Amino acid sequence: MKGYKVKKVFLEDLGVNNPVFIQVLGICSTLAVTNVLKNTVVMSVGLIFVTALSNVTVSWLRNIMPSRIRMMVETLIIASYVIIVDIVLKAYMPEVSRQLGPYVGLIITNCIIMGRAEAFALSNPPGLSFIDGIASGIGYSYVLVVIAIVRELMGSGSIWGYHILGDWWTNWSIMVMAPGAFFTLAIFIWVVKGIMYKREEGRSS
Amino acid sequence: MSEGLAFYAIFFAAIFTNNILLTNYLGMCSFLAVSREVDTSMGLGWAVVFVMTATSALNWLAYHYILVPFDLTYLRFVVFIVIIAAFVQIVEMIIERVSDKLYIALGIFLPLITVNCAILGVSLFMVIREYTFINSIFFGLGSGIGWMVAIIAMAGIRQKMARSRVPRALVGAGIALIIAGIMALAFMGFSGMIKIT
Repeated sequence: MKGYKVKKVFLEDLGVNNPVFIQVLGICSTLAVTNVLKNTVVMSVGLIFVTALSNVTVSWLRNIMPSRIRMMVETLIIASYVIIVDIVLKAYMPEVSRQLGPYVGLIITNCIIMGRAEAFALSNPPGLSFIDGIASGIGYSYVLVVIAIVRELMGSGSIWGYHILGDWWTNWSIMVMAPGAFFTLAIFIWVVKGIMYKREEGRSS
Repeated sequence: MSEGLAFYAIFFAAIFTNNILLTNYLGMCSFLAVSREVDTSMGLGWAVVFVMTATSALNWLAYHYILVPFDLTYLRFVVFIVIIAAFVQIVEMIIERVSDKLYIALGIFLPLITVNCAILGVSLFMVIREYTFINSIFFGLGSGIGWMVAIIAMAGIRQKMARSRVPRALVGAGIALIIAGIMALAFMGFSGMIKIT
């Protein structure tokens, strides 16, 4: 029973309940870093860490937290974990930390983390909340990683800083700038939803 | 650093060349959720302008007079978010007492604002770019107006779009993102006029 539930939570967060393309939550702070794959991966790891641990903490405290101030408590819990991420980044990856700039701090206002704490951790035990945090973190991250790969490949002809496309490739500088991110995400959503609708139709007919 | 830039340069740059929404992607959540009607967007826009200007001033004071002297700058995330939340709450209470009309117009948007990434983003940018107090206020004001311009334009376009046929898989967020992309392209036309980094 428990194993079944864990698996269900995990798969739902990756697919039918995916925060990015189904609920379109939390793209604010992270879309900005998708022009380089390395930064995206670092950011995603930080986000998964924060989501999982804040889910656990909120779940632990869920019975003693007065419901009137729970939003404030949740925000503070999330902010504390983000501070840890920020300090670790500054210590071990100063270069990446400088490039990410304010966006690490903006993980706090990422709607996904708050949303999972509100929707899941408040009504579920810590273990399950941890799984949910990891899963929605991953569900969010892989979309960003795909977008980052597309943008870095087309925008600078490289992946993870290594040149892959030869000299014949003309860089699409639009892809590393703001509009590129909007278009790439829109197309991604289009493709995924298109496939989903096709499957639904196949099932119903 | 940024001392060389006059406050009006920062003000216009924040609206046009460095629009917080279209070049920094901040405030997307409420942007996509609320931008369906021009009137509602206008209300939210004004609330954002007001809160952004005031909180960037408050956060500047807190950062330079409390956090820096005590060497607590690593706590800035917590301090900023608490100041923003407290400020929004206080404003909500004052508006409720003072003016019913204003409360109906702005009141419902205020709770939404606490979680608006753009508000926190402005405070963090202001710290990283080492703005002076005056510059921070104008940066907050400019970013707020820039955000409002973007969301009102978006709402206008989406009201028209309601009558057009969009591919089914693009309905909602997808088409909104494509519109945002085109708007970002248009705003890139301003780039090069003023540069702040």
